[in-house]
Amino acid sequence: MISNLINRKIITLLKVQYSNMLEYRVEIALWAISGIIPFFMLNIWTNNNLNESINISDVMLSRYFVCAFFVRQFSVVWVVFSFEEDSLMGKVSPYLIQPLNPFFRYFAQHLAEQITRFPFALIIAFFFFIFNPESLWIPNLGILLLSIVSTFLSFLIQFLIQSIVACICFWTEKASSIERLLFIPTLFLSGLLAPVVSFPAYVKSWIYLTPFPYLIDFPANLLSGNETNISGGLSMQILWIFLLYPLFKKIWSEGTKKYTAMGS
Amino acid sequence: MVQNIIDVRNLSKSFDISSKEPGLKGTIKHFFRRQKKSLEVIRDISFEIKEGEIVGFLGANGAGKTTILKMLCGLIYPSEGSILVSGYLPFRRKENFLKNITLIMGQKQQLIWDLPPIESFYLNASIYDLDKLEAKKRIKKLSEMLEIDEELFIPVRKLSLGQRMKSELLAALIHEPNILFLDEPTLGLDINAQRNLRKFLQKYNKETNATICLTSHYMKDITSLCKRVICVHEGAISYDGKLDLLLKKLSPVKEILIVCRSEEDANKLENSGFTVKNKIKNEITIKIENNSITSSLKTILNNFDIEDLFINEPPIDEVIGKVLIKKDYDI
Repeated sequence: MISNLINRKIITLLKVQYSNMLEYRVEIALWAISGIIPFFMLNIWTNNNLNESINISDVMLSRYFVCAFFVRQFSVVWVVFSFEEDSLMGKVSPYLIQPLNPFFRYFAQHLAEQITRFPFALIIAFFFFIFNPESLWIPNLGILLLSIVSTFLSFLIQFLIQSIVACICFWTEKASSIERLLFIPTLFLSGLLAPVVSFPAYVKSWIYLTPFPYLIDFPANLLSGNETNISGGLSMQILWIFLLYPLFKKIWSEGTKKYTAMGS
Repeated sequence: MVQNIIDVRNLSKSFDISSKEPGLKGTIKHFFRRQKKSLEVIRDISFEIKEGEIVGFLGANGAGKTTILKMLCGLIYPSEGSILVSGYLPFRRKENFLKNITLIMGQKQQLIWDLPPIESFYLNASIYDLDKLEAKKRIKKLSEMLEIDEELFIPVRKLSLGQRMKSELLAALIHEPNILFLDEPTLGLDINAQRNLRKFLQKYNKETNATICLTSHYMKDITSLCKRVICVHEGAISYDGKLDLLLKKLSPVKEILIVCRSEEDANKLENSGFTVKNKIKNEITIKIENNSITSSLKTILNNFDIEDLFINEPPIDEVIGKVLIKKDYDI
C-alpha cells in the first residue's frame, strides 16, 4: 500500500518532469554534446601513446572513454544549482509545506532529463563508432545490467553529495561555490580525464578510499570489459550511499530549522 | 462551542542579519569581519483563531505579518514561544498537518512554468495521495468555482496574472485544506480579478468552514472577507479584535451633509447644538457620533425641512492607515 503510493507519486513526478524536460529538448541535446570531454581525452591519450605506459590497448582505451561518456551522461547532477536558486528566490517555500521532500522533485527532474538525453547520447555514440568501428563491441547482458545498476548508483552518490552541499544553502546561501571545490577532485579522480589505473600506486590506494573512482572509472571499466573488481566496486558504491544518506537526512533536518524563506 | 484551531503563545522570532557600511572601506571591513546583529521581527505575541474564522493580519511593510504566517504554516522555525495549529506543532511538518493546510503567496508560484496548469494539478493530487478520479472531480469543482476552463490546458507562461493566480489557488486547494494561509493573494490583480478571488474565498469558507488567515495591503480584501483583524506593529500585536469595532474606535464620528429646503432652515439647524463642520447657503455639514446617529437623524428629520442628506463614511484606507503607524489600540 505504502510502496504503491510512493510509486504513484514518483511515477507522476517523473511523467510531469519528463513532459517539462521535453520542452527543453534542444537544450538537452546541447548538454549531451557538451559532455564529450572523454572523446577529447581519448584523442590526447592515443595521439601521445600514453596508453602504452599503463598497458591498455588503443581499442580498450577507446571503449573505456566511450563508456565514461555514457556513464557521465547518465550520472550528471546539478541539484546544488537548482536548489540554491530556488532557495534564494523563495521558490522552495511552497514545496516545503507539501508532504513530499522537495529533493524528490529534483531527483525526478534528473531522471527525466536522463531519459530525454538518452537518444542524443546514442546518436553521439553512433557517430563515434562510425569513425572508430574497431572499438565497437557488444557487452554481455549480465555485464550490461550490472553496468546500468552501477551507473545508477554512481548517480545516487553524486546526487547525495550535491544534495548535502545544497543544504549548506541554509547557512551560507552560496553553496555552489563549495560544489566548485568538489568539482576539481571529481574531474581528476573520477576517471573522466584518465582511468584511475594510470595513477601511481600510492595515489591509487588513497583514491579508492574516496567516492570519486566509483563515479565514472568503476562503471566505465565494468561496461567496457576492462579488468575490475565487480563485487568490490558495487559494495563500495552501496557503502557510500549508506554513509551519505543519513548525513543528508541530518543536514536537511538541521538546515530547514535555519530556513528563513527569503524572497517570499 | 467552536474550537480554537490556532493557538499561539508568547511567540518571538529573531533573524541574524549582517550590516555593511557603504564604500570601499566598508566593503573591505565587511570582507574580513562581518558585523552581525540579531533582529527581533516578532516580539512575544499571543492569539487564538477559531475554526472557520477569517482573520486579516494588518500592518505596514516589514511589520512581521508574513513572518507570522510563515511560522504558522511551519515554513520557518520560531525562536521562542509555542504554536499549535490543528493540534500540531507546525515546524515538525507532519504529513497529516501538511495535508490540512495551504500557503498561497501572491508573488510566488508553484505551478510548473512551461507546462499547462492541469499537469501541476495532477502532480499535486498525487503528492496529496488523491486518486485520479477524485483529483478529476476536485479539479472540475474548483475550476467551476474559480471560473477557469480552457486556461487549464495552456502553458502557465502564457496565462495572464489573473488566470495564473486562479490556477495557483486551484493547485493550492486541490487537497481541500482546512486552513488557508494567504499572503497578499490579490497582489497585482485588476479590480475584477480581485473581486472574483474574494468571492471565491467567501464561498470556499462558507462551503468547507475552512479557517483563513490573510494578509493584504488592499483594504477591500480585509473589509469584505474579515470580521476580525490582528494589527501588527513592529513585530507586536497592536490590536486584535473585530474590524467594525476598530473602525468605530478610529473614526468615532460620521459627517452628514444636509441639504435644507431653505437657507433659513440651514441657519436654524446651525444653531440647534450640532457640531457644524461647514455651511454653504442651504447646505450644511455636521458631525455626529456613531452611537447617536439614529436619534440625531430622527431629530433633524422631525424638526427641519430637509430636501436631501448624505452620510459620508471616512475612507477605509485612511482609517486603517492610522493603525499601521500606531503602537497600541486598547479597545
